[in-house]
Amino acid sequence: MFSRADIRSSIKVTALDAGKNALFVLPAVVIFSTFYIYPFFELINLSLHQWPGIGPKTFVGLENFQELLSDKVWWLSMWHAAYITLIALVFQNALAFALALACDREIRGQKFYRVIFFIPPVLSEVVVGILWNWILNAGTQNGEHIGLLNYFLNATGLPQLVHSWLSDPKTALTCIAVVHSWKGFGWGFIMLLAGLQTIDRQLYEAARVDGAGSWRTFLNVTIPMMIPVIMVVVILTILGSMQVFVLILSLVNQGLVYHTEVPVTRILGSMQGTKQFGYACAQAVVFGAILVMVSFSFKKISNLAKQA
Amino acid sequence: MKRFLTFLCGTVLLAASGCGQASKPANQIEVWHWMTDRHEAFATLARQYEEQTGIKIKLELFAPSDTYTQKITAAAQANVLPDLYGILDKKSIVGAFIKAGLVADLTADFEANNAAWEKAMYPKALDVMRFSAGNIDEVKPGIYGAPLDVTNIQMVYNKELLKKAGITRVPATFDDFLAAIDALKRVGVAPFVSGFGEMWIVDCFASNYAFNIMGQDKVMATFRGEVKYTDPDWVKVLTIFKTLADRGAFIDGIVTKGNKYAEQDFALGRAAFAFNGSWCVNVYRDMNPDLDYGVASLPAMDQSRPVRSWGGAGSSLVVNGNSSNKDKAIAFLKWLTAKEQQAYFAETTNNLPANRDAGTAISPVLAEFSRLVEHTTHPSIWPLNEDPLVIEAFDKGIQAIIIGDKTPVEIAEQVQSVKERQMKKAAK
Repeated sequence: MFSRADIRSSIKVTALDAGKNALFVLPAVVIFSTFYIYPFFELINLSLHQWPGIGPKTFVGLENFQELLSDKVWWLSMWHAAYITLIALVFQNALAFALALACDREIRGQKFYRVIFFIPPVLSEVVVGILWNWILNAGTQNGEHIGLLNYFLNATGLPQLVHSWLSDPKTALTCIAVVHSWKGFGWGFIMLLAGLQTIDRQLYEAARVDGAGSWRTFLNVTIPMMIPVIMVVVILTILGSMQVFVLILSLVNQGLVYHTEVPVTRILGSMQGTKQFGYACAQAVVFGAILVMVSFSFKKISNLAKQA
Repeated sequence: MKRFLTFLCGTVLLAASGCGQASKPANQIEVWHWMTDRHEAFATLARQYEEQTGIKIKLELFAPSDTYTQKITAAAQANVLPDLYGILDKKSIVGAFIKAGLVADLTADFEANNAAWEKAMYPKALDVMRFSAGNIDEVKPGIYGAPLDVTNIQMVYNKELLKKAGITRVPATFDDFLAAIDALKRVGVAPFVSGFGEMWIVDCFASNYAFNIMGQDKVMATFRGEVKYTDPDWVKVLTIFKTLADRGAFIDGIVTKGNKYAEQDFALGRAAFAFNGSWCVNVYRDMNPDLDYGVASLPAMDQSRPVRSWGGAGSSLVVNGNSSNKDKAIAFLKWLTAKEQQAYFAETTNNLPANRDAGTAISPVLAEFSRLVEHTTHPSIWPLNEDPLVIEAFDKGIQAIIIGDKTPVEIAEQVQSVKERQMKKAAK
């Protein structure tokens, strides 16, 4: 049995420990509060104001959000981001998966390919923009095409396909999505390859013993085992693609009318171009909420898939 | 353990105390600028000043200008602006900085000694930082900054390409310009390039023609809401872009082209005409030292009015109103804009000096730009400016006309509807 004094002293020790623990956590709490919590609440606060970025703020309540609901360009930009995301999900991830499968086998130069495929993601988006600006350039000099793609099309007897790729509303957004996918597939490649290498080889041998062919093994072994990794890659692709903007600025500057607008370029435009900081914050709040909802939905889907 | 806890508490306290504005050394002036091409010259002058006065100039470069603007805005909000800085924004924002006490009033310094400093500067350059009595931003009248150089935006032409197309005279009228475009197309030369992927250039080009076609009073009346954008004169301004696009005047991809790429195209002889600022002299020299080109005003639509292009102060610096080194910062700014320093600046960076006595060192092409300064204007010196959302609708609309998405009349109607919406909002 413990005496009252023992219990009191143990409580004292526990309280002292808690105090010490709190002190240890304090720097992290201060840093987190200063750089995450305070800006988050300040963002919401600003979204309720009209403010040109300097000087007094005018409280306007939910007016910015009301305006946002009827802002056609904003919702168009959301659709553009969804389009880029869709292309990235299909094109970028299919390419990443195919290359990861190829590199998972015993092939010559496996390490070399891994390095090559990981070069685009480590390049700056501005550098990628400059590079693709040259590839997609529509100009000519002394009758010769300057852009690599148009030069190639012309040289291979396809001059009818020569095009002003980034200045035509029919192709500009798709070009941006393709460049974005080219830049991003390396991340998916590395993650999917790592996932493939964690699959127990005995499962493949067991499938072969049972008479399963390559396609059946892929469907019944590889895909089910890869679902958690695929879901992570999908969520990261969605979040990365929805927030693409440096590449757009680098490829088409301030945009081709409104055909290449995405939410982040709209938010930037509201802040820098039209000096509506409050409205830009309202856009950021709505956009952030949408991204959080999308992420949670996919997490839910991922859990269901794992259970299945 | 005790020692560690003391260290931890100390760290937190230090971090907390670092949140305010730290005191600055009395013998040091901190300058933030964005002029990548002028940094070396700036640094040389800063060293000279330190040798002469013992005052250290701490020069910090933040580029490009968009990044610089963000940096300045954030520093203004946190009250950590340097002693000298620039505000690369609309005059209303400059006004907001002044009203917040972040910019020192330099009027007394400019007017001292029989206004010696003021008289030394080109008036057009100084006007950009001047607020007149009754200004719409409700700023106390005065001069709030000093210009370092003068710029203006004009049409440049490649002499060799014009000769190749058999054009003997630089087009002075719009009809001459259309004829020149046809001649250039016949010899396979792209007639015109500019950075129309950047809205300010589109806006500048369009407002030059708006001033030429209807005059400043009518443009200002439109900004006040008294004239509609659907007025035939505005439709005429928008139609210029359709005419040029239909005629094949624009280089392929002009609507998404940044000015850096446009400068490259002109420097490498891919287009015969370009619309660019006087800073291009420096840029073209670096890209192609052998480029033979001249400078002219945009061809006029209406011969009875001059084509007034944007121009005035290129880069101006202001003194932080809260700086403890205010007087020293003003003295340095005065020294920087004096004849000798301005001559050095002009000579090494190929920019037009803001000090009128320092103009002897400029190159012949720059002299052509200089000749056209008297016909310039700038949104910063207009009595009022258009709502930014209307400007965005107008500039994006012009892009839409160029790519054939919309007609001038459709864009005029769209811009007018944005204007009416903004006026209703302002009235609320």
